[in-house]
Amino acid sequence: MSVLKISQAHRTHGIGAAAVHALRGADVEVAAGELVAVMGPSGSGKSTLLNLAGGLDTATAGDIVVDGVNLAELSRKRLARLRRRRIGYIFQDFNLIPSLTAAENVALPLELDGVSIRAARAAATTSLGEVGIDELADRFPDDMSGGQRQRVAIARAIVGERRLILADEPTGSLDSQTGEAVLRLLRDRCDNGAAGMLVTHEARHAGWADRVIFLRDGNIVDASSPLSTPDSLLRATI
Amino acid sequence: MSVKHGLLALLERGPAYGYQLRASFEESTGATWPLNIGQVYTTLTRLERDHLVRALPENQQGQRPYTITDAGRAALAVWFTTPVTGNDRPRDELAIKLALALTTPDIDVSSVVQAQRIATIRALQEYTRLKKQADNGDLAWQLIIDSMIFRAEGEIRWLDHCEATLLRRSTTTPPPSGNRVDVDAPEREATNT
Repeated sequence: MSVLKISQAHRTHGIGAAAVHALRGADVEVAAGELVAVMGPSGSGKSTLLNLAGGLDTATAGDIVVDGVNLAELSRKRLARLRRRRIGYIFQDFNLIPSLTAAENVALPLELDGVSIRAARAAATTSLGEVGIDELADRFPDDMSGGQRQRVAIARAIVGERRLILADEPTGSLDSQTGEAVLRLLRDRCDNGAAGMLVTHEARHAGWADRVIFLRDGNIVDASSPLSTPDSLLRATI
Repeated sequence: MSVKHGLLALLERGPAYGYQLRASFEESTGATWPLNIGQVYTTLTRLERDHLVRALPENQQGQRPYTITDAGRAALAVWFTTPVTGNDRPRDELAIKLALALTTPDIDVSSVVQAQRIATIRALQEYTRLKKQADNGDLAWQLIIDSMIFRAEGEIRWLDHCEATLLRRSTTTPPPSGNRVDVDAPEREATNT
């Protein structure tokens, strides 16, 4: 079953002659264990698609279903709860709270959701361990490198029982090696059962996805899956 | 790269006979460049003729090992220190195809670009899968995969550039000669979302 199902999603800003059609009837499904990359030029609707998937924006028409729940049918309060419990976000600029330590940043969504501080901190420690930086739990974001901060952001995105991970250019300001490490973490999380959607303009990062979707002017124009015959592929290109 | 220099590099590790060289060659290149045994022996014969290798006496199994000579070592050193230039590589069929598509009537260049982009992304996905499998594997193989990944990425960036250039220069009515570009055409602005 799909963790994310987007059906005929439209997003239009403004009305009449001034209307801008950011998305024109997109259909996307992401199953558990699957990572889907979204590529396209600036203004093609990539971030709009991701924001709709995460309930950060509302579709003008069409359905966004996460874990079997149609987001349009939720009250604002219930939507916020679903976002906290089921969806993890990874942004290019990390979006960490500077006055909180790494562990506090990661535990925050659980604490907001009513989980006891003790249980939330324990989950945060586990999550930081999964991304390989549990020893930095008490550091503040300003005392960390960009790569370490992005790992904290990933730990926050995967803490608890999140089923859908949405990443918007998560490697933007990171060097090549650190960026690859971020993609590996995302890939591993999907291999362990999460559904992931990654917006990226870097083909090398899209290579980690099971499917790559191409957007143009708010339309999905193509999708790509890997070949199943690596040997013949290698021989054809070398 | 030539098979000749590959075999010299392998013989620098120590004497070896044909089948050993073929196996080592394929191992070193992650089986991305399969050689047939005939190619190996033909190359060894030429290397011997040019005094870059020397045949040793046959062993008890009837196999004849070869060893690298000083001249062979010198040739190998020159090869390692000489950068690969464009002239050493095969012609880029894709660049030629796109150039011809631009000037051929009734060919939609954007479709050619997109079809190539899909194929290259697919290859990139597969290389990345191999890279993940190669974790903890030998370094030479990992670097070969990285080189394929970076090459595919470069090709996609170039395709993106081609598409953006076409978009900027496209006219509303294609010229009769095909998709020739009009440098005076107004630029089309993308809408930010």
